[in-house]
Amino acid sequence: MGREVGDAPALEDLLRTLTPQVLGILVRRGGDFAAAEDAVQEALLEAWRHWPEDGTPAEPRGWLVKVAGRKLIDEVRSTTARERRELKVHLEPEPGPTEQDDDALLLLSRCCHPALTSASAIALTLRAVGGLTTAQIAEAFLVPEATMGQRISRAKKTVSGQSFDTPGEVGAVLRVLYLIFNEGFTGSVDLAEEAIRLTRQLAATSDDPEVAGLLALMLLHHARRRARRTASGGVVPLAEQDRSLWDTTMIAEAVDILQDALSRDRLGEYQAQAAIAALHDDAARAEETDWTQILEWYDELLRLAPSPLVALNRAVAVGEVDGPLAALRILDGLPADLPRRDAVAAWLHERAGDLAVAARLYAVAAGRATNTAERDHLTRQAARLNAAAAR
Amino acid sequence: MAKYLLLKHYRSDHAIAQDDMVPMDQWSPDDVTAHIAFMEQVADELRERGEFVDAQALAPEGTFVRYDGEGRPPVTDGPFAETKDLIAGWMVIDVDSQERAYEAAARLSSAPGKDGKPIHEWIEVRPFYGETPTVTE
Repeated sequence: MGREVGDAPALEDLLRTLTPQVLGILVRRGGDFAAAEDAVQEALLEAWRHWPEDGTPAEPRGWLVKVAGRKLIDEVRSTTARERRELKVHLEPEPGPTEQDDDALLLLSRCCHPALTSASAIALTLRAVGGLTTAQIAEAFLVPEATMGQRISRAKKTVSGQSFDTPGEVGAVLRVLYLIFNEGFTGSVDLAEEAIRLTRQLAATSDDPEVAGLLALMLLHHARRRARRTASGGVVPLAEQDRSLWDTTMIAEAVDILQDALSRDRLGEYQAQAAIAALHDDAARAEETDWTQILEWYDELLRLAPSPLVALNRAVAVGEVDGPLAALRILDGLPADLPRRDAVAAWLHERAGDLAVAARLYAVAAGRATNTAERDHLTRQAARLNAAAAR
Repeated sequence: MAKYLLLKHYRSDHAIAQDDMVPMDQWSPDDVTAHIAFMEQVADELRERGEFVDAQALAPEGTFVRYDGEGRPPVTDGPFAETKDLIAGWMVIDVDSQERAYEAAARLSSAPGKDGKPIHEWIEVRPFYGETPTVTE
């Protein structure tokens, strides 16, 4: 009899922390990914069935590895019998410490394999590493459960044939975690918090400063979550947010993580983005924002990861440092169909005092918005300028 | 129970709607906020009554696409800015009667617009084909 897990949420937390570790161990030992994932799910069900009554075992992870391993062997044996193949892998857990550190990245890089589309990689990561149920993931992405189940099952098949001995590119993993973070909150699962949890797990086992950079970036944005929306769900732009609602503890933690990452002297795009977010979070009032430093970091970011979107965001900083006309000249060189280009142009024209053009551009931007919160916000901006002009 | 689709249009070619329809960016920001809050409120009312099924909003610009033969990329056309009755979004409700569906549509149509006055916009109500009933004789 081991330590008690008193309530269901605590048990759920424990199981979700252990899920990727157990799966990583099984796959590292040569198990087929899809079969191992099924075995882990069965072991989790057993844990749910027995632990609340019998008490949590002293070595919960060892228990799960053993039970899942046994289920996997049963499965492999029956498959092997069918196919008259030799049992090639020995799946009984070995004594002693596991190679858990590498497992975390190995498992994540498998789920974020370049052969998968972003949507598939996200779903597989949340299921296999995050330990969420198919129903929870389906709800978060507003699709029927059967659809999500099929997406995950196809993703598992895609990666099952791939070798699983060397971790893939960390960049692909970070990109998927970043996408999960940006999905935000639609169902019962807060995907932003889920992404932070997964990135934290990875950061605990990786010395790559970009992993720390991404974690810092997520925390710096998440710290503003309470100020970002009105009670009815409307968008509140950064400059107008009630900064007393920002989570200063989270910001302080993120700044520590970022400074530690920067001191390792291997700069990357996530560290640069986090540095920009940190400078915003550092300003007690919007007018105190250090735009000169922000612009320097955007120059760095544009060098590290050049893209029209970064150039657009940099133009906003240029608008603050060198004035709206300088920023509008940069916009002239950017693609017309770049998302949010019209909204930035509208803002810059407003700053330049050209209110009629700004109102028209806000209306155009509203028509091109990709979500209703943004659309409504931009419509209100157009309405605000039109109402002022009519007065 | 029967399901109905309540369609909301960006603009309508119906005479009454045309007269009353002032583009949203010509309202005051508070009127815009009130209109959006009202839409949310109607959805919440339908949820509380156990009648809400789904609600989605559509972007104004779309494209027409069609098959152009084996191995050829799809043909695209549009967007057509002048398209009449452009769909802005929908609600799906599951209600006891057609009468109740009309009542819900009228409630949606009473949404406040410029200066807080009801916009009286036309809501298109379309019944879904249902399942074959178990007892048919």
